[in-house]
Amino acid sequence: MREVDDPTMKIVVCVKQVPDSWAEKKLSASDSTLDRGSVDAVMNELDEYAIEEALRLQEANGGTVTILSMGPAQTTDTIRKALSMGADAGVHLVDDALHGSDAVGTARALAAAIAAQAADLVVLGVESTDARMSVVPAMVAEQLGWPQLTFATSVSVSGGTVTVHRATETGYDVLEAALPAVVGVAEKINEPRYPSFKGIMAAKKKPIEKLDAAALGLSAAEVGLSGAWTEVAAFAARPPKAKGTVVTDDGNGGTAIAEFLSAQKFI
Amino acid sequence: MAEVLVLVEHVDGTVKKVTHELLALAARLGEPAAVLVGSGADAAIPALAEHGAATVYVAAAPELAQYAVTPTVAVLAALVEQRSPAAVLVASTAESKEVAGRLAVRIGSGIITDAVDVAADASATQSVFGGSVMVTSTVTHGTPIITVRPNSVAPVVAPAAGSRVDVTVALSDADRAVRITDRVSQPKGGRPDLAEAGVVVSGGRGVGSADGFTVIEALADSLGAAVGASRAATDAGWYPHEFQVGQTGRTVAPQLYIAAGISGAIQHRAGMQTSKTIVVVNKDPEAPIFEIADFGVVGDLFSVVPQLTAEVTARKG
Ligand SMILES: Cc1cc2nc3c(=O)[nH]c(=O)nc-3n(C[C@H](O)[C@H](O)[C@H](O)COP(=O)(O)OP(=O)(O)OC[C@H]3O[C@@H](n4cnc5c(N)ncnc54)[C@H](O)[C@@H]3O)c2cc1C
Ligand SMILES: Nc1ncnc2c1ncn2[C@@H]1O[C@H](COP(=O)(O)O)[C@@H](O)[C@H]1O
Repeated sequence: MREVDDPTMKIVVCVKQVPDSWAEKKLSASDSTLDRGSVDAVMNELDEYAIEEALRLQEANGGTVTILSMGPAQTTDTIRKALSMGADAGVHLVDDALHGSDAVGTARALAAAIAAQAADLVVLGVESTDARMSVVPAMVAEQLGWPQLTFATSVSVSGGTVTVHRATETGYDVLEAALPAVVGVAEKINEPRYPSFKGIMAAKKKPIEKLDAAALGLSAAEVGLSGAWTEVAAFAARPPKAKGTVVTDDGNGGTAIAEFLSAQKFI
Repeated sequence: MAEVLVLVEHVDGTVKKVTHELLALAARLGEPAAVLVGSGADAAIPALAEHGAATVYVAAAPELAQYAVTPTVAVLAALVEQRSPAAVLVASTAESKEVAGRLAVRIGSGIITDAVDVAADASATQSVFGGSVMVTSTVTHGTPIITVRPNSVAPVVAPAAGSRVDVTVALSDADRAVRITDRVSQPKGGRPDLAEAGVVVSGGRGVGSADGFTVIEALADSLGAAVGASRAATDAGWYPHEFQVGQTGRTVAPQLYIAAGISGAIQHRAGMQTSKTIVVVNKDPEAPIFEIADFGVVGDLFSVVPQLTAEVTARKG
């Protein structure tokens, strides 16, 4: 049971737009960043769980839900989709100077925007399906100096305290911290809602604020490609694997595999 | 020679194999120094020394176990400050990646995650886009922090001193912000951890039911393997979600990956494509998983897999 809490609780959800995970991705030859032109952009599927969890916390406790996303111009599509699920407002960090930010730069920009929003609770997904680093939530928390409760399989807020179940290799830990805090939700923590027709219409009128690096008080040296603390030295397509042997089962398929495994010294 | 800090993965002093792999990588860059947070140092030190740790830093204060993630960050940050290591290596486990992420922000260093190789100059190779592209990156600011995937290199027996150095750190209030109020352990079987296992046997939609997974488990047990599953199988509730392999599940790179009744969708391949040897059983000769198979059998898994299990058991005899 969630208690009715401070109705002014301000929740910010970090949502990323990513290339469709069905597509074959490649790196741009000019600056070794993801070639976004070559594939469709969609909402990071894992962030849908973060939006849903934020909306449920809002339903239980009151307050507002703001969507925060950093990315190129077309990212507004993803923010709009989140608004049509029911979030109240969007903040879009968009600036050529932010292009090519590494994890540290991304966390820095998101944290600056979160601080400006005076958020009580930040909810993030477990991983972006393109970068696949799973480190941005921890980095945002460190940047803000806030507690971090991640890999959450359940979240509740009561009396200014957030409690989560954190999935571990052997079960889960129960974690507790005072707000403001950063929460990262696990995949499948909930069943994300689909935008309703009414939601889609309402989203068209909801505000999306656009901010650039300067508005966040960030210099070019802190974000983007030039502010990155890592550098791609080289990349290469992995040589295609030599074609393996494929046989059709004639009643001895299992034995054929055993022979292969034995030749490879697995058994 | 500068030290290279390796964060030890352990359960009460039983050191995980990935730590030995990291020590082998650390030796390429400098002098391996293990960092053990928690209890069990007496049990851990001999194993760490055997695999090349010249020094073992031990932070055993019970208070460290009361809070999540940040105490380990504080220990590593203090050691980086004191020892100016050439690099910090941690395993690409969920928790250690977070430790690495917070550490990077705290000490002002670049971070490379999920490396599959690290060279003597601390450049790290990552396998991205489901293994189709290899990227080599370097950290250009601060002390390189690199998280390394399990099974990336072989552990090396290289006996070293393993001298114990106890470290105490003063936790800040911020490091005490997330209290662990309970730990709930769900019993799991005797199979190896999915991410660490040398052999993984996975089942997909072709397995057909939760009961069908007994066929997959039997093969896994005959090989001492971990069991994995495709999202189709976990979504259907046939196998628990934590065993899902792929883009939104676990990434594995075992010596041997056996996929039965799995079509090989791009999101599944993203989590297993870098396995050293891939064996496939699927009744559809057109299934894309055959494209990455070293050895494949077109056939019904319910006849092929039990026959294989029987053969393995007989040959191990
Ligand atoms: C954003 C996103 C993330 C995703 N993340 C993941 C992920 O992490 N992991 C993952 O696995 N998937 C993931 N998916 C889903 C993925 O796209 C596929 O739907 C899924 O991998 C299919 O699982 P499958 O191969 O078991 O099922 P199917 O594609 O249905 O294949 C079943 C195969 O079994 C074979 N078969 C059937 N019966 C038998 C039999 N008796 N003997 C032998 N063979 C048989 C069939 O020929 C078929 O090839 C993700 C999808 C999206 C959009
Ligand atoms: N550019 C971005 N804009 C907004 N949120 C982001 C961005 N990048 C990462 N995130 C958030 O951080 C989580 C983890 O991402 P990552 O560390 O890249 O795997 C995602 O699920 C998002 O919630």
